[in-house]
Amino acid sequence: MKYVARRLLQAALLLLVVSMLSFLFSTLAPGDYYSELRLDPRVSAETIAGLRAQYGLDRPLPARYAAWLASAARGDFGYSLTYHGPVGPLLRERLRATLLLTVTATLLAWLLAIPVGIWNATQRGTWRDGAVRLLLALLLSVPDLLLAIGFLVLAVQTGWFPPGGMKSPGWDSLGSMARARDIAWHMALPVAVLVLGMLPVLVRHVRASMAEALDAPFAWNARAQGIPRLRLLFRHLMPAALNPLISLLGFSLGTLLSASLLIEVLMGWPGLGPLFLEAIMARDFGVVLGVVMMSTTFLAAGNLVADLLLYRADPRIRVR
Amino acid sequence: MNGEQRHGIGWTVGFLALFHGVVLLAGFLAPYHFAEQHRDLAYAPPTRIHFFDQYGHFHWRPRVTRLTQDLSTGGYREDPLQVYPIRFFVPVKPGDAAGLLPLRRRLFGVAEPGEIFLWGSDGYGRDVFSRVLYGGQVSLLTGLAAAFLSLALGLLLGTAAGFWGGFADQILMRTGELFLALPWLYLLLAARALLPLHIETAQAFLLLVAIIGTVGWVRPARLIRGIVLSGKERGFVLAARGFGASSAYLIRRHILPLTFGVVLTQATVLIPQYILAEVTLSFLGLGVAEPVPSWGNMLAEARQYHSLVAHAWMLAPGLATVPVLIGYLRVADALMEKTAE
Repeated sequence: MKYVARRLLQAALLLLVVSMLSFLFSTLAPGDYYSELRLDPRVSAETIAGLRAQYGLDRPLPARYAAWLASAARGDFGYSLTYHGPVGPLLRERLRATLLLTVTATLLAWLLAIPVGIWNATQRGTWRDGAVRLLLALLLSVPDLLLAIGFLVLAVQTGWFPPGGMKSPGWDSLGSMARARDIAWHMALPVAVLVLGMLPVLVRHVRASMAEALDAPFAWNARAQGIPRLRLLFRHLMPAALNPLISLLGFSLGTLLSASLLIEVLMGWPGLGPLFLEAIMARDFGVVLGVVMMSTTFLAAGNLVADLLLYRADPRIRVR
Repeated sequence: MNGEQRHGIGWTVGFLALFHGVVLLAGFLAPYHFAEQHRDLAYAPPTRIHFFDQYGHFHWRPRVTRLTQDLSTGGYREDPLQVYPIRFFVPVKPGDAAGLLPLRRRLFGVAEPGEIFLWGSDGYGRDVFSRVLYGGQVSLLTGLAAAFLSLALGLLLGTAAGFWGGFADQILMRTGELFLALPWLYLLLAARALLPLHIETAQAFLLLVAIIGTVGWVRPARLIRGIVLSGKERGFVLAARGFGASSAYLIRRHILPLTFGVVLTQATVLIPQYILAEVTLSFLGLGVAEPVPSWGNMLAEARQYHSLVAHAWMLAPGLATVPVLIGYLRVADALMEKTAE
């Protein structure tokens, strides 16, 4: 319990420092939302100064940071100048879309990676292992960007999948089953790209940790005692191979928000990625800050979950 | 198996060197300047090279025929009457020399008004082959320079933290955790967000290198710190200290050589990662801007995937990244296996 409390405190502290630094740097940045407006000759300098005052951009830094903290506590996370509203609700809506994509993809990738990795570890030295490894190495060398563009071209050429977006036009008039099916149909390509992007790394780690367990003296002993293969693999070797995988799972969870940024932008998925990019282009720092904070929170939470799982899974850590 | 792999690495390193050499020599190998436009030949398909003329006679000197646009379909037709032989070692047109090694001759070319687009042309009728070569200079150089910056920072900070320890060590490691707490791509984009968006090419390039390089300093720094930490307790280091060696001498003569393996391995890990970072940023419009090509901003043109279906050669800059990545990943794997042994 004390361990949990300490880790939670550390995470909170981390978020606070990240928010402070982001805030500091965003004010040091040359130009803000209104500097683009200033190029327009019809807008006078007084109007801009008035607008800046209205949104509190002329106040000193600590006061603005305090105001931001207060609004973060309310769940608003500041004010978006492009969307004319608090950042919080905006983020929550986009967050749902992103999580739908990444949770599905992460789940699928792990469900595929564990059996393939274990199988690979038992086949070491054979041509089958070599073939799978070669395939995965090739996959690792193809940038997600290229993979996504390739899939989109395929979608356009064959018409099997929609070329981007999340919903078909007229989605609102569909029944609930048809709605879900429509979204699933739109999800297929981005999820496929994400899974193919995650798979090589995951399989490699599962294979490595499983191979290590397979070579351990206790595994030889268990085999000599005639324990059935599947029971040996899952009951005896899996727990021994688990530690690095738990850390990897934590990382997987932590990147739930950031893994799909590029894919979302490319495939027109209305998640956090496009929002973040638009906010950068428009210098809407409220949104930039909100997204950064949210993804940092996820990363910290992912690490925390991994550490807690490790704490439960490995008695050696508890003793220390 | 093991010997075989070592052998393979030699080939891979050779291949990587060749690839970088080809890109470095873009000024010689590319038939056109990267910005040269042929407006009447937008999205022309890859030029066919002929060894036979229309009567079926063989010619030693390969030739190309001029393309004419079929106005009714928008497609291109070869005009068998307009034949242009390919010439080798042609002089560069005045003012056209560009890139890292601006030479005075190009390997091959076709006399005007003939054109040779080995990998087709883009929407402005620019030669994709030439642009991929010149774009490679930007993309590869960004990767190499940013990796160099990261490693230099990592060596400096990691050695300082590991060797002197104490307060500086604490500060550096906590700051490092802060960097690791942010998702990499977000950090990259956020850092870019804080800087002016519209800047000229040279500045944009330096900015990219600086951002990508600085964002990635933590991992090498931590690894190097670990090695320095254990290295400074090694027998020969303690002995040298006992003989009265200064800190500077110890670091230079005894500690830094220990880090060589890690630095090399990290370089092979970081360079492909940073090449991809440049491609991603330029693709998103936050990197090097037109008309200077980079693999990223060229791919951004391929984003109009409806047109891509008909013009598959626009994917060339993306495909160019694949062999580079395969090469670096293989070398990194081999190096890591070697350190693990």
